[in-house]
Amino acid sequence: MSVKPLVPAIEGWHTMDTAQPHLIGTRCCDCGTYFFPKQSSFCKNPSCEGSEFEEVELSRTGTVWSYTNACYKPPTPFVAPDPFVPYAIAAVQLEHEQMVVLGQVVAGVDCADLKVGMPMELVLETLHEDEENTKVTWKWKPSA
Amino acid sequence: MSQEVAILGVGMHPWGKWGKNFVEYGVAAAREALADAGVPWQDIRFVSGAATIRCGYPGYVAGATMAQALGWQGAEVNTSYAACASGSQALAAARAKILSGACDVALVVGADTTPKGFLAPAGGYRPEDPDWVRFYLGITNPTYFGLYARRRMDVYGDTLEDFAAVKVKNAAIGSKNPRARYKKCFTAEDVAASAMVADPLRLMDICATSDGGAAVIISSLEYARKMGKGDAPRVAAISTVTPTFASEVVEMPDIATDSAAAAGVDAASYRAAIPLKAYEEAGIGPEDISLAEVYDLSTALELDWIEDLQLAQRGEAAHLLRRGDTSVGGKIPVNASGGLASFGEAVPAQALSQICELTWQLRGQAGERQVEGARVGITANQGLFGHGSSVIIKK
Repeated sequence: MSVKPLVPAIEGWHTMDTAQPHLIGTRCCDCGTYFFPKQSSFCKNPSCEGSEFEEVELSRTGTVWSYTNACYKPPTPFVAPDPFVPYAIAAVQLEHEQMVVLGQVVAGVDCADLKVGMPMELVLETLHEDEENTKVTWKWKPSA
Repeated sequence: MSQEVAILGVGMHPWGKWGKNFVEYGVAAAREALADAGVPWQDIRFVSGAATIRCGYPGYVAGATMAQALGWQGAEVNTSYAACASGSQALAAARAKILSGACDVALVVGADTTPKGFLAPAGGYRPEDPDWVRFYLGITNPTYFGLYARRRMDVYGDTLEDFAAVKVKNAAIGSKNPRARYKKCFTAEDVAASAMVADPLRLMDICATSDGGAAVIISSLEYARKMGKGDAPRVAAISTVTPTFASEVVEMPDIATDSAAAAGVDAASYRAAIPLKAYEEAGIGPEDISLAEVYDLSTALELDWIEDLQLAQRGEAAHLLRRGDTSVGGKIPVNASGGLASFGEAVPAQALSQICELTWQLRGQAGERQVEGARVGITANQGLFGHGSSVIIKK
């Protein structure tokens, strides 16, 4: 049995370091505002006219702002396993970047295991597979 | 100079899943509003339509579509698209036309026919589109409602019973509204027995999508007085403000909030900002409000709105609910129409339907739903892409 190569579900949105992955964002060189997804042509801070950005790895830990789950299969472009397996979703506050980032929570963790304020870390996990590849994405996991 | 305009007439086609052309609903609502106002169609000099993006080209030019359907008579037209706030933006366009002196009396109308099933984004591989990204990652509309609801539970101590009580309240009063789609009363047990969709929200905590149409006739105060309707309810304020950077709450369809890391930037709630301008423009405060019609896309969201409208301290809306304050007969009734829980959302018509309800309430014509002594009402809604509105109607 061959093992499919791991590729990012969305190219360039996170590092592929499976032990300590980071989301990849940008930071405005003028005002320091972070952007995820990446912003690279104009700054959205209304008091900044910046147009130069540096690519940065965002903090890979944060705290739960809130959480929920998906009990029903989302429509395409989501690629669902058959049968569909519900998953939890967390909104995680990144202290340094002063922003909240959504993501699925790793398999095996449900809402009963989560609480607002709980520390979380970023990991990579399978989103879906196609013929050639295993497509991975960022997910949140309660910190050990 | 007064910035107020008079509401001479209102009309609604009943909400449902009728499957007819949206133009039929709009015409029915407009004719009811014209008859209610006692204004002949030929006297309307401006038709302000709220667009629907689900019904093809006629929906994009809804103002003209309705004018043609009612019979071309030369009136100027306009069409507004502002997601859930489309109706309020169409109202604002008509008010501006009247206050500038360009016309005396205008029709504002919105109607929609909704497709069956999920509203899926366009296909392909399109990571530049936030709506595509979030669906690809498994984040649907109920996800956002679930996040807001869970946060209330963990931070403020709201319970599943509180959320169910919102549905029970709105279904009970909605059962007395002939224009509502759902007229069945439900118990807390019914809500608890419905399927979980996005923890902690169940199917009966989340509103459906519906067909419907609503229309409002507004005029200058002078025109109203000449008609002998100087005491008609008035539009005292319309807020359609956009958010300020940085967003505090993650909003559909985004995958993240703005970063508030830059110097001088604070994260702020958009929802809470919407009514502020309405209060300021009307020169009144939350203590003056008799009743509110708010956008209960979910049961928990009704509680958020009560706080955003400053009808309760942050985190305390459930206390009002538990005391019965937000029921008809209570201190500050919320969604006396039955709300989206009883109607389901018909986007371009929904903000106008809120104004129809407040108008009937302020005239004392709301029948079994009547809020005694109603003098001032406020609406609130929020949609995608920085669109939201709040309108104040007063006697």
